[in-house]
Amino acid sequence: MDVTIIHREVVWVILGMGLVTYVPRWFPLVLLSRRNLPRWLIEWLDLIPAAILSALLVPELVTNGMPHHMSLWQPELWVAIPTFIFALKTKSLGGTVVIGMALFWLVQSII
Amino acid sequence: MQDSGIKTSILQGLSAAWPICLGYIPIGIAFGVLAQKAGLHPIEIMLMSILVFAGSSQFIAVSMLSTGAGAVSIIITTFAVNLRHLLMSSSLAVFMGNTTRKKLSLFAYGVTDESFAVNHTRFSRNNWSLDQALVVNHTANIAWVVSSVIGGYSGRFIYEGAFGIDYALTAMFICLLIFQLKGRFYVITAVIAGVVSVILSLIIPGSSYIILASVFAATTVLGIKKWMLR
Repeated sequence: MDVTIIHREVVWVILGMGLVTYVPRWFPLVLLSRRNLPRWLIEWLDLIPAAILSALLVPELVTNGMPHHMSLWQPELWVAIPTFIFALKTKSLGGTVVIGMALFWLVQSII
Repeated sequence: MQDSGIKTSILQGLSAAWPICLGYIPIGIAFGVLAQKAGLHPIEIMLMSILVFAGSSQFIAVSMLSTGAGAVSIIITTFAVNLRHLLMSSSLAVFMGNTTRKKLSLFAYGVTDESFAVNHTRFSRNNWSLDQALVVNHTANIAWVVSSVIGGYSGRFIYEGAFGIDYALTAMFICLLIFQLKGRFYVITAVIAGVVSVILSLIIPGSSYIILASVFAATTVLGIKKWMLR
């Protein structure tokens, strides 16, 4: 393979990106894992997954574009309802992904 | 005995990881296509997927590269977009006990939105070990790296939007969120985070709304909990 096409600038960008993505992943694990954390902090951290998943998901469903604007009439939101019910009933991650994709594909091909 | 223990860990890890891979493969391919269009060599694409391993940051970085943005602004943006992993790793640290720093460092590498949620759910049910979690992280990582390189080479043969692939991660988040709704306080947290994140995403640019809404929701609900128990 011809290595000369690799741009040095891009490699520096990638190295920098690697550093700034690794440190936030690594630091709390090393800092917090061997300590006895106060009770309130453990309870707070236990609420974080529900909070963060909701904060990632909900804007995805009801907003669109960059910068974000409200968009309630998009398939993302309406497909989410049957997908949510399926996930609630089956608790199957793989099944939910497959069903969600299939429904989204179906809705997109109808529109 | 030791050997079959490792085998079981690998199998359990793989069975937890496959839905993540299913979500990553189309997105990895899409990333590879875009990166190649932006002028990245497949080796650079591979290097980025190995060293960064963060979907949204990589998409943003590639679009910034193609508009000629400077290295520093791309790296700062990446840092801001990925700062949420600070919260995820903190939340996972609770389960790590007496793990060696080496193993923690290896595990930290693979913390993503998806692997975090899958591993956290299982750790909190007390039937998960770091070995299985490592299998999940690294299987997902391999799927991401391989699919992004495939996209970099063969992207133009793949349709955009085929098979509903754009919805894979959204569907995954729906199910992962349901796993986290273990009681009414979790539901209240999710509702507050959802509403606040939508409002913030409309008024502030970038992706800082994710962290702000999460911290706000968890803090508010912890406050409500303490106040109710008083």
